Amino acid sequence: MAKYLLLKHYRGAPAPVNNVPMDQWKPDEVDAHIRFMRDFAGRLESSGEFIEGLALSPDGVWVRYDGEGRPPVTDGPFAETKDLIAGWMVIDVDSYERAIELAAELSAAPGAGGEPIHEWLEVRPFLAEPPTVTQ
Amino acid sequence: MTVDDVELRALVPRVLSVLVRRGADFATAEDAVQEALVRALSAWQRALPADPTGWLITVAWRVFVDMTRSEAARRDREVRFDTEPPAGAVSSADDTLHLYFLCAHPDLTSSSAVALTLRAVGGLTTRQIARAYLVPEPTMAQRISRAKGIVSRAGVDRPGDVRTVMRVLYLVFNEGYSGDVDLAAEAIRLTRQLATLADDPEVHGLLALMLLHHARRRSRTRPDGSIVPLADQDRSQWDTRLIAEGIGIAQAALARDQLGQYQAQAAIAALHADAPRVEETDWVQIVEWYDELLRFADTPIVRLNRAVAVGEADGSPAGLAALAEVDEHVPRRDAVAAYLHERNGDLELAARLYASAARNAPNLAERDHQTRQAARLNQRLQHHR
Repeated sequence: MAKYLLLKHYRGAPAPVNNVPMDQWKPDEVDAHIRFMRDFAGRLESSGEFIEGLALSPDGVWVRYDGEGRPPVTDGPFAETKDLIAGWMVIDVDSYERAIELAAELSAAPGAGGEPIHEWLEVRPFLAEPPTVTQ
Repeated sequence: MTVDDVELRALVPRVLSVLVRRGADFATAEDAVQEALVRALSAWQRALPADPTGWLITVAWRVFVDMTRSEAARRDREVRFDTEPPAGAVSSADDTLHLYFLCAHPDLTSSSAVALTLRAVGGLTTRQIARAYLVPEPTMAQRISRAKGIVSRAGVDRPGDVRTVMRVLYLVFNEGYSGDVDLAAEAIRLTRQLATLADDPEVHGLLALMLLHHARRRSRTRPDGSIVPLADQDRSQWDTRLIAEGIGIAQAALARDQLGQYQAQAAIAALHADAPRVEETDWVQIVEWYDELLRFADTPIVRLNRAVAVGEADGSPAGLAALAEVDEHVPRRDAVAAYLHERNGDLELAARLYASAARNAPNLAERDHQTRQAARLNQRLQHHR
């Protein structure tokens, strides 16, 4: 088994095919999308592949230490250009192919007109523990 | 005969306060009581003891002595405690109340006070508390252990008071997730217990407030978790028994003429609960109660909620005027502004504000709700064009 992070972006990912902001969808399209997302996580839970999923607020700042006795520096010149993660799902699956398959299913979540959004999701493998047998 | 978990846990504060009164240090005594609870759960499966509290005190004391002995042996010191407890040390209501105060010690952070209260007063296990707040069990164990250390060191002279306890119980009621524990019900149980120990009308106000909100719980969300606003709730699902109890408690507290923020909030909740249909809500009186509440808690959130009530009582322009005085950065301000502008007929502005409210929503259920509102208005606007 291997763990993968599926990352969804508010900003920084290439534009999806069906690129209509959610507040411009019909109310029942919004409902269908929310239902899809919930069912997807539920399906992975029942198949024993789900670890966790969390959503992030679009608010966020960059922070860095600015020296002894000085307050931390927040944000910076790149506030408007930074990559903005919207949320993630951690899955534990048998293969890389399975991780890709699941990410693609998630990317097919219905959007405006009930059509798949074709959203770009980022799939990142976790670094694993060293195996017992190494030779 | 099996023992009810809640009944068992209700004995915890008395048992723990007896141990502390007998001279046991708080941190070890608390561990001993938890161990006694675990033993009770298996021993009582066969037969319930004649005196469950006495049984728990005896077993917890033995566990405490064993823990202290092995600790003393490790430190190569003399054993200081006899196996048989000293006679005559019984727990009073004041001792139990003192336990509440210790767990809400002002040196503790809110999250530590909440966790310690749920364990030492509520008798929940670390695992149950960890699940309720979605943190790993070792993290929660560490949080509780540190909290006990802080209370043991700083505690006894300068504990919290009934205000800090109420704040902790309010947090338990308001936050957290349901694992196998219903935190709202647990907060109500502990507040009920507090109300028997501390004769303060604000404690009764807090209890009434919780009961009145709890009564509406089933109607607040749909089975899929989505939010149902107060105006759209199916009032036939409200628990009339809890509402009657909450209103009774609130009225008795208010009659004592020592108003405070929890009683004022309970009065507002009672006025909502009392309206058989949303159209029959007494908004004028609700605004008056918000004005009272401002005297005790002049916060942007209270002002924001007051603006909604003003909008209902005196019309949306008055509501918008009240909103203009509310801090720009208070959470949910856009949602309230959207609602008032929609009522005022400015659908385009309302749709933009709902979308903004969705972006800034503090949780997913609210984000989904505000997104639906924006979508609903945008669809209406498209039909008009």
